[in-house]
Amino acid sequence: MVKKTDIIELEDVVVKFVGDSGDGMQLTGTIFSELAAFSGNDLATFPDFPAEIRAPHNTIAGVSGFQMHMGRRPIYTPGDMCDVLVAMNPASLRANIKWVKTGATIVVDENTFDEKAISKAGYQTNPLENGDLTDYNVIKAPISELTKKSLKDLNIDKKLAMRAKNMFVLGIILYLFERDLKRVLKLIEMRFAKLPEVVKVNKTALESGYRYAETIEGVKSRYRVNPAPMERGKYRNITGNVAAAWGLLAASEKSGRPLFLGSYPITPATEILMELAKHKSLGAKVFQAEDEIAGICSAIGASFAGSLAATTTSGPGFSLKSEAIGLAVITELPLVIVNVQRAGPSTGMPTKSEQSDLMQALYGRNGECPVIVMVASSPANCFHYVYMASKLAMEHMVPVVLLTDGYIGFGSELFKIPEVDQLPQINPPLAKPNEPGYKPYKRDEKTLARKWAIAGTEGLRHRVGGLEKTNIEGSVSTDPLNHQLMVKLREEKVNKVVDFIPEQTLVGEKSGDLLVIGWGGTEGALKSTVKRMQEENYKISLAQFNYIKPLPKNTRSILANFKKIIVCELNMGQFVNYLKINFQEFHYHQYNKVQGLPFHVNELTEVFKNLLEE
Amino acid sequence: MSEKKTEKSQNKLTKKDFISDQMVKWCPGCGSHAILASVHKVFSDIGFKKEDFCFVSGIGCSSRFPYYVNTYGFHGIHGRAAAIASGIKIANPNLSVWVATGDGDSMAIGGNHFIHLIRRNMDINVLLFNNQVYGLTKGQFSPTTPRGGITKTSPHGTIEHPFITAGLVMGAQGNFFARCLDNDVKMMTDIMYQSAKHNGTAITEILQNCVIYSDKAFANVAAKEIKDEAQLRLEHGKPMIFGKYRDKGIVLSGNKLRVVNIGKNGVKKEDILVHDQYKKDPGIHRMLGRMHFPKYPIALGVIRSAPFNTYDQLMEEQIENEKKSSAIKCVDDLLNSGDTWEI
Repeated sequence: MVKKTDIIELEDVVVKFVGDSGDGMQLTGTIFSELAAFSGNDLATFPDFPAEIRAPHNTIAGVSGFQMHMGRRPIYTPGDMCDVLVAMNPASLRANIKWVKTGATIVVDENTFDEKAISKAGYQTNPLENGDLTDYNVIKAPISELTKKSLKDLNIDKKLAMRAKNMFVLGIILYLFERDLKRVLKLIEMRFAKLPEVVKVNKTALESGYRYAETIEGVKSRYRVNPAPMERGKYRNITGNVAAAWGLLAASEKSGRPLFLGSYPITPATEILMELAKHKSLGAKVFQAEDEIAGICSAIGASFAGSLAATTTSGPGFSLKSEAIGLAVITELPLVIVNVQRAGPSTGMPTKSEQSDLMQALYGRNGECPVIVMVASSPANCFHYVYMASKLAMEHMVPVVLLTDGYIGFGSELFKIPEVDQLPQINPPLAKPNEPGYKPYKRDEKTLARKWAIAGTEGLRHRVGGLEKTNIEGSVSTDPLNHQLMVKLREEKVNKVVDFIPEQTLVGEKSGDLLVIGWGGTEGALKSTVKRMQEENYKISLAQFNYIKPLPKNTRSILANFKKIIVCELNMGQFVNYLKINFQEFHYHQYNKVQGLPFHVNELTEVFKNLLEE
Repeated sequence: MSEKKTEKSQNKLTKKDFISDQMVKWCPGCGSHAILASVHKVFSDIGFKKEDFCFVSGIGCSSRFPYYVNTYGFHGIHGRAAAIASGIKIANPNLSVWVATGDGDSMAIGGNHFIHLIRRNMDINVLLFNNQVYGLTKGQFSPTTPRGGITKTSPHGTIEHPFITAGLVMGAQGNFFARCLDNDVKMMTDIMYQSAKHNGTAITEILQNCVIYSDKAFANVAAKEIKDEAQLRLEHGKPMIFGKYRDKGIVLSGNKLRVVNIGKNGVKKEDILVHDQYKKDPGIHRMLGRMHFPKYPIALGVIRSAPFNTYDQLMEEQIENEKKSSAIKCVDDLLNSGDTWEI
């Protein structure tokens, strides 16, 4: 018997799946997101998992989660507070309840709430019975038991049956959101094509969960999120790390320079290395080095031999690469260094995000050692900014540090698939074989870039290295005036890049009461907040920076047109200090958060409103 | 063993083609001068095109080398030559890549890259100038300074156990190891030819005199009056015989090498071990590499040059295979692969 339910239409909704590390929450979340994308919603996702592969069972430390935000309007972040929480055990409920909106729906597996698990999670009494959850719509489902029951006829072992719990709960959620069951079954078939038994188990559990939700009284209403008005085109879902990897491949193809990646595994950047390792068919040469230093040094060697060379890392690895970045600066070779930032110092919190390394990217080397510094600001635009970093590195013969962070690296969103044909041209200044009058440090007038004379080319034999060289000729030199000239030239070369990057854009009017400034991965939260306040008629605008060194040409004129300026960062104020150095005439307010967590729209709104009232 | 990929030069080259315009700034009497002369000779004779050589180094006296050879050259940072050279070789396997390094550069600060270069069997030639001391920083002990050695940072003698280069190289699964003295240009050039033609990481340890900080470091095996007894000069296919009167030899006794006198105790010339540098099993090579005077003569020449697949070849093969078999032929294919949808 099918019961009658209400349909509630929502503008946007945040759903979070949480459970023990082995409960399969990442898979459940990924499938649900793909479905939302197919259904035409805009979306953003974020996986939230512990550093340990399998932390102790049923503990807070072992909680793994996947959050997704979908809507019929543009979605910029994976969301702050959940409208729906799926909690597979007491520990995951306890760890996440503070991120759940009052009145939200909570689905729990009541079978896991036994005395032992409850106390392991740190509860004194059972939260399902002690009144803790009266403010929420709780669906207490015997998920473990029903999953087992539904699979009884398949005669499979208990362990495999229990692994299908996540599919049972996905079935419940699919019902709640009116999702097409057939489409999911197809997705599961595709994903486990080589494992027919797993397909059968998962399908059975999924259908049982769906039917269960259909019949029980606990589900009083269903939710509808209508398709978002999106620009026409072909889309896919993509994480920042995969987008970064693909951006390198695209830049390689476009420039005609083969791709070389020299990297060492490090959270949260490893996915770029793993992704590129798959693509040998595109000629990508991926070298998993013995350490971070060998990663960058091999890339510098490959650059000397004519590759688009890159190294990918995170904070601690970036520190280890410092000396070698200096080598790339003085040899004036193109190099892309991607730093997927994480919470520091030292090992810090590897799986947690932070805008930790801006100062290190700008200044963390011996000597006067300028590089281009850029930052991606969303999962999908990691593709664009890695592409642009590669273009600038090659065309200007200089290392580029591209910062991303764990939040956008692991996070995903919809990506409008570009055509390689339509991407900007990349024209590296290659020296021709036997080029008359070739000199290693002869420079282009506009860019000051020297020519890229690739090892192995006839008639261009020359030597480069870490010792200071004379300009033009490139001989080893300790001449005082030559050194000063070279220091200036290297700095000027980077500064001249300003003529080749776009002007800074604003979200909102060119003048007003408050200019919000951010950089990189905080874009989603800052944009959501500023747009919401603009709807409430606040005179507020956002400048979210992607080009840090050099800063866009119009930066000063933007800053001059607002009554107040606030710089928001997930660190103690690295960008605001950089702005203070460059534009000393302005007064800057700042808002800093260093918790390994992203900004939330509500907290930002409060900060901005308070500042406007001061 | 497959042939070297490096193309043959059309024109006859001379030493002049490889002498650079930079002033050579090593101390008079330094062994590096002889090594440089050997490199100039080998490069001009071997038949590769001049633009296909690439010389890479780290930091130290030896590491000034690339500036003095007119090839593509990269003077890197301390210890990292092996990593830089690996990137160059992977990017362009056609290049004949050479690394000049010292005992400190390769086995102290660059120890990690050194062992992994060898383990991967990257097709790179390493000339390891072992003078048992840090020269450029003016006389501190190195990882090969003998225990008890007095230096500026070990005024009371080192309390460290030194590396035996051969042991380290073969422990890291090295497939080419040679050793020579810096004043033996004939053996040195012969080894360099063999190194250049060997597929895989080729380590040549050059026992080098630092006239300033470790003068006569190898006198105990190099001195005229003693060298015949102290040196075993290996040649492939020849018995391991040494001594002023060619009356001593090496035999395998159980699983150990032993020095015997030919003609005494019934030992015949036929009993002496014949050197097989191409043998894949490294057992005897390892023992030869570790022999030291006075219990044994020190082994010189190519101790091991066993053929194995190289990293750079295998990577090229994987790429070729993937290019043939994968459906993803260009970045557009990749962007449009998997789950996509139209709006």
